[in-house]
Amino acid sequence: MNEGVVWLTIFILSVFVGIEVISKVSSTLHTPLMSGANAIHGVILLGAIIVTGSTDNNIALVVGLIAIVLAAVNMVGGFVVTDRMLQMFVRKKPTAKPAEGIEK
Amino acid sequence: MIPVWAQLLYLLGAVCFILALKGLSGPKTARNGNLIGAFAAVLACALPFFYADLDHVPLILAAIAVGTAGGVYGARTVQMTQMPQMVALFNGVGGGAAALVALLELHEIVELTDAGFDVEGFTLVATAFTILVGSISFAGSIVTFAKLQELMTSRPVVFPGLPILFGGGFLGAVVLSVLLVREPTMWLGIVIGLLGLLVGVLLVMPVGGADVPIVISLLNAFTGLTVAAGGYVLSNTLLLVAGTLVGASGTFLTLLMAKAMGRSVANILFGALKGGSTLGAGEASDRPVKSAGPEDVAIMLGYADKVIIVPGYGLAVAQAQHTLRELVDLLIARGTEVDYAIHPVAGRMPGHMNVLLAEAQVPYEQLIEMDEINDDFKDADVVLVVGANDVVNPAARNTPSAPIYGMPILNADQAKAVVFLKRSMRPGFAGIENELLFEPETTLLFGDAKDTLGKTLTAVKAL
Repeated sequence: MNEGVVWLTIFILSVFVGIEVISKVSSTLHTPLMSGANAIHGVILLGAIIVTGSTDNNIALVVGLIAIVLAAVNMVGGFVVTDRMLQMFVRKKPTAKPAEGIEK
Repeated sequence: MIPVWAQLLYLLGAVCFILALKGLSGPKTARNGNLIGAFAAVLACALPFFYADLDHVPLILAAIAVGTAGGVYGARTVQMTQMPQMVALFNGVGGGAAALVALLELHEIVELTDAGFDVEGFTLVATAFTILVGSISFAGSIVTFAKLQELMTSRPVVFPGLPILFGGGFLGAVVLSVLLVREPTMWLGIVIGLLGLLVGVLLVMPVGGADVPIVISLLNAFTGLTVAAGGYVLSNTLLLVAGTLVGASGTFLTLLMAKAMGRSVANILFGALKGGSTLGAGEASDRPVKSAGPEDVAIMLGYADKVIIVPGYGLAVAQAQHTLRELVDLLIARGTEVDYAIHPVAGRMPGHMNVLLAEAQVPYEQLIEMDEINDDFKDADVVLVVGANDVVNPAARNTPSAPIYGMPILNADQAKAVVFLKRSMRPGFAGIENELLFEPETTLLFGDAKDTLGKTLTAVKAL
């Protein structure tokens, strides 16, 4: 199998999965979902680490370190801020309703 | 070549990201979903230290520490009302990071081709794409941040020649990308990046008012696609999958948000260029209205059987959500039926209001979404509109020329009485006059919402 086609397959399938998994989101969760997705693309940090770790040029090293700082802000900040938002949804649990219709 | 065990762990990370998005789209699973995503991201970033022969490890770790400290500080200290611009900022730096990574990759590619190696054409296409779209996302997000933070006007900025400059900049970048694919050089990559910055600024400039948050979502999707392309360039499946997931779900989410506002994405981006933005005059009217004091409002609320609260961004700005909750608790204790009607775009982003009210510990079940509560307004004795405006503006239903025409609104005008808590007669975020303010059943209570709600609370207690 052609390697390019393998990459294309992964890409296309990911598009469908990406749409499918969030298709039933309620509007209540739009903001945290956007923020969480935002944090996930912060994983570009991985790419920044790999390119920076394999360079032997001083300018490239500086640029790479800047990229690492920016990506880490995106990734870590994104997950922390999303957690802060979501914490507020669950902090106060609705009082348990009395069980109805329990019969022997 | 990445060892198989590391590839399998990358696969695990990709699966975790899918589960994270899945979790984030349900209220019960959302927090765990986010934690799964964070776990996968940390795992993925730790992997190269174990299989790749990395240089400069101490410097890399220091840079990660700096970024982590900055991210945690920003995320912990940001006010809930400023959440949208924080997300914009995080998105922007992510896009910037991706563009820089692609520039570094280009640097290596140039060295390879100089040494006589052949580089696959599509790798160069993906590299150019990452540089261009990453820069667009970076510059666009920074302008969005400045608009929401009110460092600059939130109104659409349009000047003659903007479409030409925008189109020219974009076309120029595409042409240079083609040249780069034919013959990769470093300066071409840098110029593409600079043109991307220009295009990003010009893309967001004409977007104003309530549309800005939707642009954040769109730029978020852009950054996702950038990361996906970066993953291809680096031959890293995890980056490809994670970026594509965010790109696809982000695009879909943008469409959902635009639909909730009754607008198309094209109209949001380019509407101002032909004069159809949601932003109108933005001037205060001097037409007569009926205003009242907190005591009068207290009597209306205290003797009502059914009250519906319509919270808006003004409530959050005044930090009045706690006082409002106290007032609602008191009314419920007096036997009044009280619900909160949540418009899909209340606040500044879809779902933003839910976050703000949850912060004030308003029970989740009191928050009713628009579609479910709209039929109840005609039975309501009083509708209390706190710092909201556009979401109850009947012009969205009745005036085809109004910029917000077609946006679904809350049927507050069908209630027996409407009380607006407002700071002034200035129009809402969309900048258009609200006819409901001048209706005979409408009462206005002017002042800072926290202050007026506090006085109303005291007056209800005294009833």
